[in-house]
Amino acid sequence: MWKFLHRLASPPHFYALAARMIPWFAIPGLLLIAYGAYAGLFVVPMDYQQGDAFRIIYVHVPAAYLSMMTYMVMAISAGIGLIWRIKLSHAVAAAAAPIGAWFTFLALFTGAVWGKPMWGGWVIWSDPRVVSEWILLLLYIGYMALRGAIEDTAKADRASAVLAMVGAVNVPIIHFSVEWWTSVHQGATLIRKGGPAMDPAMVPPLIAMIFGFSFIFAVFLLRRVRAEVLFRERRTRWVKELVMSPEGQT
Amino acid sequence: MEALSMGGYGAYVWSCYGLTAVVMIICEWRARARHRQVYRDIEVRIKALGDTQ
Repeated sequence: MWKFLHRLASPPHFYALAARMIPWFAIPGLLLIAYGAYAGLFVVPMDYQQGDAFRIIYVHVPAAYLSMMTYMVMAISAGIGLIWRIKLSHAVAAAAAPIGAWFTFLALFTGAVWGKPMWGGWVIWSDPRVVSEWILLLLYIGYMALRGAIEDTAKADRASAVLAMVGAVNVPIIHFSVEWWTSVHQGATLIRKGGPAMDPAMVPPLIAMIFGFSFIFAVFLLRRVRAEVLFRERRTRWVKELVMSPEGQT
Repeated sequence: MEALSMGGYGAYVWSCYGLTAVVMIICEWRARARHRQVYRDIEVRIKALGDTQ
C-alpha cells in the first residue's frame, strides 16, 4: 500500500498515469451529463410548486456540491503537503483552486437565477448559505492571489496551505447553515432522513449529474496537475528527456 | 417552442444550462492551454540552452 502511494507521489509516474486516466473519467462523465441534462430538461415532470424553474437544480446542486468538494480536496492536499512535504500534494492543491472557483461561481450564478423567480431577488444577503458560499469564492480567490503574490514556489505552497486549511472551516458552515440558522434556502434534497425530498422520477438525473460533474472535475484536475507537475519539475532530467522525446506532448 | 419557454422560465433555465456549458468549456480549454504553455516554455528553454552550449 505504502509502496503504491510512494510510487503514485512520484512526479514522472503521476504525470504519465494521469494522461492515461483522463479518458476513463471523461467518457463516463460526458455520458452521465448528457443523460442527466436531457432527462432533467425534457423527461422528468415539472415541480408542482416551482414549475419548470426547478430544472435548474440539475446544474445548481452538482456545481454547489463540487464547489465544496473541490475546496476539501484543496485543503486536504495542502495539509498533506505541509505536514509530509509531498510536492505532488501541493501541486494538486494549486491545480484545484481555479476549478473550485469556477464551480463556486457557477453555483452562485445558478442560485441567483433560480432565486429571482422563487424568492423575488437575485441574491438574498440575509441567507446564511448564500453568504457562506460567497465567502467560499473569496477564499478561492484569496488562495490564488496569495500563490500569485509569492514568487518562491515552496514559500507559496506553505503560505497558501495554511490559508486553505483555515478556510476549510467554511465548508461545514455552508453545508449545515440551513439547519443552524433561519434560511430561505431549501434543506438537503437527496441525502436526508426519510429519503429524498423530491419525486422518485426526479432523482436519477440528479445523481447522474452529480457523478458526471465529479468525473469531469477529475478530468480538469488531472490536466491541471499535469501542467503544475511539469512546471515544478521543469529543471529535472525526466522533463528534459520527455520534451526532447518525439512522443513528448501527450 | 414549449421546451424553449419552459413554462415561462425559459430565460432562467436556459441561461443556467448555457453558462454551465461555457464554464465546462473554459475549464477544459484553460487546463489544456496551461499545459501547452508550460511545455512550450520548457522546449524554448532547452533549445536556448542547446544553442549556447
